[in-house]
Amino acid sequence: MNRIRTISDLEALRRSILAGKDPGKAVIGVCCTTGCRAKRSGEVIDALENEIREKGLQDKVEIKKTGCHGFCEMGPIVVVEPANSFYCRVSAEDVTDIVSETALKDKVIDRLLWKHPATKEVVVSQKDIPFYKKQKKVVSHNSGRIDPTNIEDYIAVGGYDALAKSLTAMTPAEIVENVVASGIRGRGGGGFPTGIKWRICSSAPGDTKYIIANGDEGDPGAYMDRSLMEGDPHSIIEGMIIGGFAIGAREGIIYVRDEYPIAITHLSRAIKEAEEYGLLGRDILGSAFDFTLKISRGAGAFVCGEETALMISIEGRSGAPRPRPPYPAIEGLWGKPTVLNNVETFANIPRIILNGASWYSDMGTAGSKGTKIFSLVGKVGNTGLVEVEMGTTLREIIFEIGGGIRRGKRFKAVQTGGPSGGCIPISKIDMPVDYDSLREAGAIMGSGGMIVMDETSCMVDVARYFINFLMFESCGKCVPCREGLKQMHEILKNICEGRGQRGDIELLSDLAGVMTTASLCALGGTAPNPVLSTIRYFRDEYEAHIFDKKCPAGVCKNLFEYVIDEERCNGCTLCRLRCPQEAISGEKKKPHVIDRERCIKCGICYSICKREAIRVK
Amino acid sequence: MKVAIIIDGQRVQIDRGAPIIDAARKAGIFIPTLCYHEALKSYGSCRLCMVEVIQNRQSRLVTSCNFPAEGGMEVFTDTPRVRKIRRVIVELLLARCPDVPLLQTMAVQMGIDFNRFRKKEGKECILCGLCVRFCEEVVGVGAIGLANRGTEREVATPFKVASDVCIGCGSCTYICPTGCIEMVPDEETPKLRRMNMGKLSLSPCPNNYQCETCPIEQEFIQDIKQVVADFRSKHKRTPF
Amino acid sequence: MNTEWIDQILEKHGYRHSEIIGIMQDLQEIENYLPQETLRYISGKLELRLTRIFDIATFYKCFSLKPRGRHIIKVCCGTACHLGGAKRNLEQIKRMLHIEEGETTDDRNFSLETVNCLGACALAPVTVVDKDYYDAVHPGKIEKILSKYYPESKRSPHEQD
Repeated sequence: MNRIRTISDLEALRRSILAGKDPGKAVIGVCCTTGCRAKRSGEVIDALENEIREKGLQDKVEIKKTGCHGFCEMGPIVVVEPANSFYCRVSAEDVTDIVSETALKDKVIDRLLWKHPATKEVVVSQKDIPFYKKQKKVVSHNSGRIDPTNIEDYIAVGGYDALAKSLTAMTPAEIVENVVASGIRGRGGGGFPTGIKWRICSSAPGDTKYIIANGDEGDPGAYMDRSLMEGDPHSIIEGMIIGGFAIGAREGIIYVRDEYPIAITHLSRAIKEAEEYGLLGRDILGSAFDFTLKISRGAGAFVCGEETALMISIEGRSGAPRPRPPYPAIEGLWGKPTVLNNVETFANIPRIILNGASWYSDMGTAGSKGTKIFSLVGKVGNTGLVEVEMGTTLREIIFEIGGGIRRGKRFKAVQTGGPSGGCIPISKIDMPVDYDSLREAGAIMGSGGMIVMDETSCMVDVARYFINFLMFESCGKCVPCREGLKQMHEILKNICEGRGQRGDIELLSDLAGVMTTASLCALGGTAPNPVLSTIRYFRDEYEAHIFDKKCPAGVCKNLFEYVIDEERCNGCTLCRLRCPQEAISGEKKKPHVIDRERCIKCGICYSICKREAIRVK
Repeated sequence: MKVAIIIDGQRVQIDRGAPIIDAARKAGIFIPTLCYHEALKSYGSCRLCMVEVIQNRQSRLVTSCNFPAEGGMEVFTDTPRVRKIRRVIVELLLARCPDVPLLQTMAVQMGIDFNRFRKKEGKECILCGLCVRFCEEVVGVGAIGLANRGTEREVATPFKVASDVCIGCGSCTYICPTGCIEMVPDEETPKLRRMNMGKLSLSPCPNNYQCETCPIEQEFIQDIKQVVADFRSKHKRTPF
Repeated sequence: MNTEWIDQILEKHGYRHSEIIGIMQDLQEIENYLPQETLRYISGKLELRLTRIFDIATFYKCFSLKPRGRHIIKVCCGTACHLGGAKRNLEQIKRMLHIEEGETTDDRNFSLETVNCLGACALAPVTVVDKDYYDAVHPGKIEKILSKYYPESKRSPHEQD
């Protein structure tokens, strides 16, 4: 057992880990987090293990199960060192070649490399792919490089150095002031300055304090927290121990969403390892500081991302937020002073401590420092996680990193901030992404979801989608949120189904105003944002639904029809055979037609037609 | 420690940290509420008691049932912003419960003659949580609770079957502002009473919600304490 | 009712009221749902009000008070999946199985659930059956996906091999 009792123990351990690495050994890193696993990276691992066992290559090739590289679109991703080749969409059949060619002979396999969609040129290493070029990996720098289930891998790349520095060379007050000076703001949505929160809590009276990491990533379309918890759990743990020391908490809790089983497994393992190595528990690194950490599993409630609801949930109750004040930094979990930060915030802390506050505050804009991970999803070419410096423009993120809109369609809007955020139109595409610009544009940073929409996305439907989401996710306690969402949903549903009336837009705006000011918590207070921002930028779409009874994007069922384009249809009969309503007729090799009366707009014909002959009208 | 705050131009002395609504009631200033009760912890769900507070030269809207009084604070209970919020809340509640007399009366008082919200439900419960909290905090039984979430949130007994811990004290019936819990004799054992969520009309509070001067209030709480004590001594168990 | 295993779970959580959610998650993992008797039993053992337990059981989405099917279909309705047409997929499954969300087929083979976001947005629209992820699902794919989970008697002969 490598129990670490002092800083020199930590350094000695790192030296021995590095010395134990055979430089001649090839390392095949396979991403094993949710995205790539869903694309069957597990089969790749099995095949690799078989291959190496059968060929007796245990001394020459090592398999490493890594975290997320961010380029989830291209998963499963396999990186081979020292060849430094970045392989995309790898399947079990590719394993023999990867081992015999790349691992043993350093030869790159062209067919597995990323290929530029326009020029068809292949790119060998990760850093040269346009998706990565504009990124700046600060928080996610370990993810994809290390095995998240092996603490020694983390220690080898400098892990727990920041903890050692904090416990031996800094006072709690110095740490707090460092975090204040770095300018980092909460990465979970609100954007409250982290250092100020720590300062308030550290000066709050009381011997018992708590520190909580919010891993209840609930925003639909956002998954950077999952990726961090799965791919680099120790950096979160290290950040929390430092935070605990800074504010005077000896107990920490990581609240993880129930829908993230791999994150729970990796974090549990990381905690256990940290305990075994003496980095959690009593007298950490000989500093006399004790700190324990445990995991609290969420149970499927978006509202528990709200800080007071999250704490009530940890206390074992249904998570309905309570009124503030008192604020959690003064009266939080079990009535004790509590700091609650997002997991991404904590993962930033070791970097700030090691590199200094000014290193961090040099990145970003005047009001938003450092970097931020976004989950770039929706109708964009390259979906995945991207980490960029604050202040990078939407255009850079969506068109340069993201590679623009899929299938040559036109950009319509980007939705940021989840259900509390808003939709930003093309006119703001050159806007820098930071807390203040986003708020001004009627959206918010939120946890970092960025959902790109094209001309086939209906903005009224998007607003209805978020309100419907919130209607079931609100705790149901306060009137403006519960009843307001219900009525808002009714109005939007009517508009989407062709029963919109004059005055609906005004009533929505009026109701939104009251919900914003009168709701008990931020869920209700920000709930109208998706409606307000779509009315602000896409009023014409609302009007088309209400007055012309048309859904220009072809999403709202009652307001469009499927028709077959005679010129494109070659009469392959596929749609006719698959239509559950027998609404399609036509002879072989002749254009088919859809019977409007029978069609239920299930979309099967539209999704299976190989010639894109089914159109929305 | 006592502090002085100014409510609608009137100076009021109150314990530091006490909710603003208590100070207002002391000064005889009426702030509407549907979920606040002095015998219970603040819950902050109806949002009707919102007022504008000026503190450190900053103005903001807060719920007076839980916002703590601080010295030098200035409170306005009837500004245009406050009135607008209250109107919309009553409209929302009236869309949920169109037949509840109390809400109808409030609507008339606020000059609401047309409800703009199209989705009308026939509910009677406004989810103020008074019955649940009274049963829990004062009676100490916890026979009724809340269930589900979001727009499905409701008051219910566990598994929606008759509670086996209810002592039939009638507090929930008494405290319910919309009269949706009725008390009926139990058919099998007539001496026992049962609470039903059903239709029962209650007139709005005759004492204008001035609970501290209300004789019924004082007596009733005493009565309930007696009922609970009797139950406990008779059954030799604590309803946990 | 066999209570030994329930006591073991309570023991594991130290009979702490604050761990009630974890206790209920553990119970559900074994029973696949939360039977009324089990909840009444733990309420007595923990001396924790049944109202609180019922509130938790109905507030959090991961709990079910009804028995669930052998296979659980989760249609992801996160934003990326919604834009990709998750709703059409959901409707197609409902039409095929004649059940609504939160319901179980009469033969107890399938339960249909929606989930807000599985954090696998790059695979949108996603549907998960038990632990198998299906990416880029569209209504035309549904039958093929579900047929893998039909009970043996319902499968066509060549699939039974």
